[in-house]
Amino acid sequence: MIKTIRIGAGAGYSGDRIEPAVELAEHGDLDYLIFECLAERTIAIGQQARRADPQKGYDPLLAERMLAVLKPCAAKGIKIITNMGAANPLAGAAKIKEIAQSLGLSGLKIAAITGDDVLNIVQRDDYRIEDNGQPVRSLGEQLISANAYLGAQPIVAALQAGADIVITGRIADPALVLGPLIHAFDWQADDWQRLGQGTLVGHLLECAGQITGGYFADPGVKDVPALARLGFPLAEVAADGSAIITKVAGSGGQVTTATCKEQLLYEIHDPQAYYTPDVIADFSQVQIKQIGPDRVAISGGNGRPRPATLKTTLGYLDSYIGEGQISYAGPGAQARGQLALDIVKERLTIMGIVASELRYDLIGVNAIHGPQLAANAAEPDEVRARVSGRTATMREAVRIGNEVETLYTCGPAGGGGATKTAREVVAVLSTLVPRELIHPAIHFEES
Amino acid sequence: MLLRDIAHSRAGDKGDISNISVIAYDQTDFARLEQYLTPERVKAHFAGIVHGEVVRYALPHLGALNFVMQRALGGGVTRSLALDAHGKCLSGAMLAIEVPDAA
Repeated sequence: MIKTIRIGAGAGYSGDRIEPAVELAEHGDLDYLIFECLAERTIAIGQQARRADPQKGYDPLLAERMLAVLKPCAAKGIKIITNMGAANPLAGAAKIKEIAQSLGLSGLKIAAITGDDVLNIVQRDDYRIEDNGQPVRSLGEQLISANAYLGAQPIVAALQAGADIVITGRIADPALVLGPLIHAFDWQADDWQRLGQGTLVGHLLECAGQITGGYFADPGVKDVPALARLGFPLAEVAADGSAIITKVAGSGGQVTTATCKEQLLYEIHDPQAYYTPDVIADFSQVQIKQIGPDRVAISGGNGRPRPATLKTTLGYLDSYIGEGQISYAGPGAQARGQLALDIVKERLTIMGIVASELRYDLIGVNAIHGPQLAANAAEPDEVRARVSGRTATMREAVRIGNEVETLYTCGPAGGGGATKTAREVVAVLSTLVPRELIHPAIHFEES
Repeated sequence: MLLRDIAHSRAGDKGDISNISVIAYDQTDFARLEQYLTPERVKAHFAGIVHGEVVRYALPHLGALNFVMQRALGGGVTRSLALDAHGKCLSGAMLAIEVPDAA
């Protein structure tokens, strides 16, 4: 029987640093390396890319990450599990095969998992949008994508079939870790306690550096060493699911009970009921204990039977957002910034720009916490006026930024550094799909 | 004193819901955090930002509270007009709460 499994987290979001994963692969003595790279709306954007080019739709940094880690992983027999397939896991797998071959790595078995795309299902029947109670059909032609969160089982099946690399689309983030644990320790599909504990380990690892001291430092209160060389986490997991969170010796950052507690509650609502496709996990009795420098023991995760439905993310074309910014500095900066906002407000009315929502901020004064919390703050030496609005057309979105830019010649004194953007907004909503309608499939490539 | 003197915090987002943890550095401070940081007080602090219900969950053995705030993110990160669309900086707003000194 295997005693412990070592799983490293090589990325916590799509754009994350590249080299901490290489450090983990080379010095982490790992069995598995996971990469969590799929935010909520990424698949919808990937779906648009795929429609324009059938070979696209996977994560834009897939090639760069694989070029960096495939060799050390192949040399040490480390298996890679990632959701970088996004809207096109098959094309992602083909790309990995091409990179492996270019590196002279032959015989790597790459598994692509599909079946999360349920666009046809939600368009066919009477599904309700969870966020607003409206029928999914009400989105009409605006609906771009519908992807159900798969669970760990297809990853387990791919590993059992001998996969060295598993690439998925939409899948519950902790499943990237739970899959290899179920595979290694042969946990049963109704062993809710262990599935809950394994989900806990996955939840703690999935944001990578956020548990090793990243997103934690607050100088003078919470100091963290060497964030420029932040080490990403690895978990040493025992057969009962209990784990030690640590990182490669000599890397930057820190693993403490405090970093682990912050990550435990990150994006959690009721700690007793964290819904995943594999288990309703219960984190309310989790024990967190420092057992050495940069070593924290985690136990006490539990769980209840998995839900009957799978959360499904709907990506849709929502609107357009136009934005403009311009800076003012020196004596009277805040008053000139406020005047700039007032001018743009009047201009948008004069020009007849129709915006369903508009926002006027002074960055440096009230853009982040709003006017109430900022009420007693001292006046800053520089401010940045920002106008942002939602429109029904790109043409009107562009004009919002233009009305900020023209403050150069038509607005208050000393405005500088104007910028403007206009973009189409792909937003997300969610619905629930019965799990029996969803059929994951595995496709293999070999380098 | 400021909450920042005795606790740390992280904000997360899911749709239009923000969750903000408050974790005591010292376990002995937890009881007064639990007593003072009621959902009503936190909701009042976030007036103008949080437009929905605020629910609090407690994990006493970890010295931690978790505040779940509805309608807090301008419709959610994918469509918000805010500069900080995730509401990640809201942890800083939480730590700005004035807490009475220990008796």
